[in-house]
Amino acid sequence: MYDEFDPSDRAQGIPPTGEERIRDWLETIAEESVNVIARHDGAVIAHATLVPDVDEPAAIEERNEIEWELAIFVLQEYQRAGIGTQLLEHLLGHASDVGIERVWLTVERWNNPAIALYERVGFEATGSESFEQEMAIVLEGEDGDGNG
Amino acid sequence: MDVLVGLGGSDESIKTLRQTIDRTQAVGDDLTVAILEKPEAKRSQDEMYEQADTLLTEADINAELVRLEGDPGSALVDYTEQGEFDQLVIGGGTLSPMGKIQLGPITEFVLLNSPTTVKLVR
Repeated sequence: MYDEFDPSDRAQGIPPTGEERIRDWLETIAEESVNVIARHDGAVIAHATLVPDVDEPAAIEERNEIEWELAIFVLQEYQRAGIGTQLLEHLLGHASDVGIERVWLTVERWNNPAIALYERVGFEATGSESFEQEMAIVLEGEDGDGNG
Repeated sequence: MDVLVGLGGSDESIKTLRQTIDRTQAVGDDLTVAILEKPEAKRSQDEMYEQADTLLTEADINAELVRLEGDPGSALVDYTEQGEFDQLVIGGGTLSPMGKIQLGPITEFVLLNSPTTVKLVR
């Protein structure tokens, strides 16, 4: 999928271009990350991921004790069709099920479609001191224990 | 070329200085190193000053080393305006866990306000 990704849709340097660099990047984010993909006729056309914000992903004990960074990528010809919203709803729903509570992301300040998408699924702006808008969401577990 | 490098005290600052030293040695630039006042940084201004001094001495570079007080972005831009620098060098952003490049508010201020060419070191 990332081989097909339109370089003009890249944000803050990712995804990289070239198969080798793409594989390196995916390897670095793969450990302990939570992922959802969308397919069309068998081919992957979108990917959303939560990457643990820790130095050693293997040492994570409780998912709710750390923060997770979110990113989503939708191939250009499948954008503006609601796929991103569905993917994020599934990803955040699953994240909540597996005990993840705190999720953040950064988005380029002028990327209005992406900011609108994040707001639609519940993210709120938490700071905008520079080129990137920071946003965050607190997920509530099914039992609603109010720990969030 | 007259080059000014601004350092805030992060690991990124060390990388920026090392690369700038390599470049200075390769092409014989005139280097000025400005140590900024950034209380939230990993290294204090004094620590950064000492470390920069050591790195410059080890590389046998005769650079001017200055401390700039006050808001780091505006202090650096002010200093750049007062001198005759051809290029201002600063760190070029950190990477998030995802691998996204993040530029901080000081970088943005310097990019928008610097009167001279700015180089971001990755």
